[in-house]
Amino acid sequence: MTPPNSSGDTFDASAVDATPGGAEALRPARGFFHDSWVIAKRGLTHMKRQPEQLSDATIQPIMFVVMFAYVFGGAIDVPGANGVVPSAQRYREFLIGGIMAQTIVFTAFGVALSIANDRKNQAVDRFRSLPIARGAVLSGHAVANVLKSLLPIVLMSAAGYVIGWRIRGDLFETAGAYLLMIAFAFAMIWVGVLLGSLIATPEGVTGIAFATLFPITFVASTFVPLARMPKALQTVAAWNPVTTLSDALRILFGNPNTPIQPGDPWPIAHPVAYTWIWIVLVVAVCAPLAIRAYQRSIAD
Amino acid sequence: MSSPNAIEARGLVKRFGEKVALAGVDITVPVGSVTAVLGPNGAGKTTAVRILTTLSEPTAGTATVAGFDVATHPGEVRRRIGFAAQDATVDPLLTGIENLTMIGELHQRGRREARSRAVELLEQFDLADAGSKVASAFSGGMRRRLDLAATLVARPEVLFLDEPTTGLDPRARNDLWAVLETLVGSGATILLTTQYLEEADRLADDIVVVDHGSVIARGDARSLKRQVGGDNIGVTLPSVEQLDTVAAILERVTGIVPMVDRSNRTATAPTPDGVAGLAAVANALAETGIEVEDLSLRQPTLDEVFLTLTGQPLAEDQHQPE
Repeated sequence: MTPPNSSGDTFDASAVDATPGGAEALRPARGFFHDSWVIAKRGLTHMKRQPEQLSDATIQPIMFVVMFAYVFGGAIDVPGANGVVPSAQRYREFLIGGIMAQTIVFTAFGVALSIANDRKNQAVDRFRSLPIARGAVLSGHAVANVLKSLLPIVLMSAAGYVIGWRIRGDLFETAGAYLLMIAFAFAMIWVGVLLGSLIATPEGVTGIAFATLFPITFVASTFVPLARMPKALQTVAAWNPVTTLSDALRILFGNPNTPIQPGDPWPIAHPVAYTWIWIVLVVAVCAPLAIRAYQRSIAD
Repeated sequence: MSSPNAIEARGLVKRFGEKVALAGVDITVPVGSVTAVLGPNGAGKTTAVRILTTLSEPTAGTATVAGFDVATHPGEVRRRIGFAAQDATVDPLLTGIENLTMIGELHQRGRREARSRAVELLEQFDLADAGSKVASAFSGGMRRRLDLAATLVARPEVLFLDEPTTGLDPRARNDLWAVLETLVGSGATILLTTQYLEEADRLADDIVVVDHGSVIARGDARSLKRQVGGDNIGVTLPSVEQLDTVAAILERVTGIVPMVDRSNRTATAPTPDGVAGLAAVANALAETGIEVEDLSLRQPTLDEVFLTLTGQPLAEDQHQPE
């Protein structure tokens, strides 16, 4: 065994072999999906190695579920008893859809941070000097961050089950709920790419993400029914896709939700459809802008 | 291979808005040779490397690397080059082995092949024991070594090293020079940039001196030093009193009016004769019996090279275009 290498040791460089490999060293391209997955694995390893990111993805969602359920649970009344769920448990079931929606929205933050960090650490340059399929770096970040968002969703589903949350919809509705979350996370990726490309530093990304994402996820039916909000805020919240995502999840899971009444704004009356429309619109508008902004941010 | 030159760049121009980073640079690097691009910060060294490694498109001019045009076949160029950027760009959150394996996979190797190549390179670079530690726990010198190992993953035809030793302490720099000398010895074709004449001198067959985006001199180390006037003899005295006498002796021996630095009690004059010049000065000083604190022969610094080549000191950035 050789003794462990310490930083200042001089070492024998004679073993280094830099002979060019010529044609034998060349390999055919393995394609977009291979390259994306290599970048995605790196993103997942990053999560594993950063205690704060790991806790964001594991401990925090469980903590939020338990904390909100028991701290707010007694104080917030969810209207529209459906008779199936005992009243004491209604808020806890109401909460899960909202807290999952918030987690999904924050996918944008994770993506933006990965992109800003890559630029700061010059990882972008390293990747661009390698023979990687076009778009694989972005796609790798996207895959890693969607997985990073789905891990807390799984944990929340389990934690929710422990505190009494139940899926009361049928199999198709349940699948629809999880599919809606994945699609929404996909839309959030492009928002994240746009933010990460336009904002110069990781610190700036953190600042702006919290200044925008927190209000967006709080002025919504995420944690409380809209009925108690001031009228103007109610209107904003009604059209906020975070509201309709939360409501859509509750409806698909068969959980308590504010009953839809005649005269409700269209998004409130059709939360599933509105959320899907919004997903399509965000992808259609943000994806081209995001790709252009990203390319500009890494050029020259 | 098809072309005897690993790198051929003609008339590279790069403008960032109003600012001209490169004003028409030619670089030719024959296969199996080492070229150093020498210049101060902001001279355009990094811009040139970024164009040659396909990271940046030139405003004008053409370049081929390993036989392929960087503008029309960037993918083919990337398969055949290794690039170490100015700040070591190994991933700080990945271990040594993960870093090299990832780069191998991105060089389109299977996981198994990428991993065994990573193990091999860690051995060669004496990083085997540190291979399972995250790179952020590495010392500066180890990180540079890992960065160099990363450039060799795909056994490239051309290596680009952008200021490989900037920011290292002298010991780590010496270590890295030993590695680079081995790379040179094993037949690699290398283009490196540096701010240190000593580094260029030690490693490179050819030196291209750039300043403000233009090549101001090129040649091997010896011919450049001849242009600059060879080594410098410096005499430092314990006090300033006899500095003028010593300056006169220096002038008599070297035939050149020495630079006199009163605050450091030093007189310096270039000599084309190296050690022989030093001996002549030593003899002349011994005859006078003047007490000398330090007598040295040293290479001209990059400052002095620049002063000679451009008439402008290196440190200042007030270059007057003629």
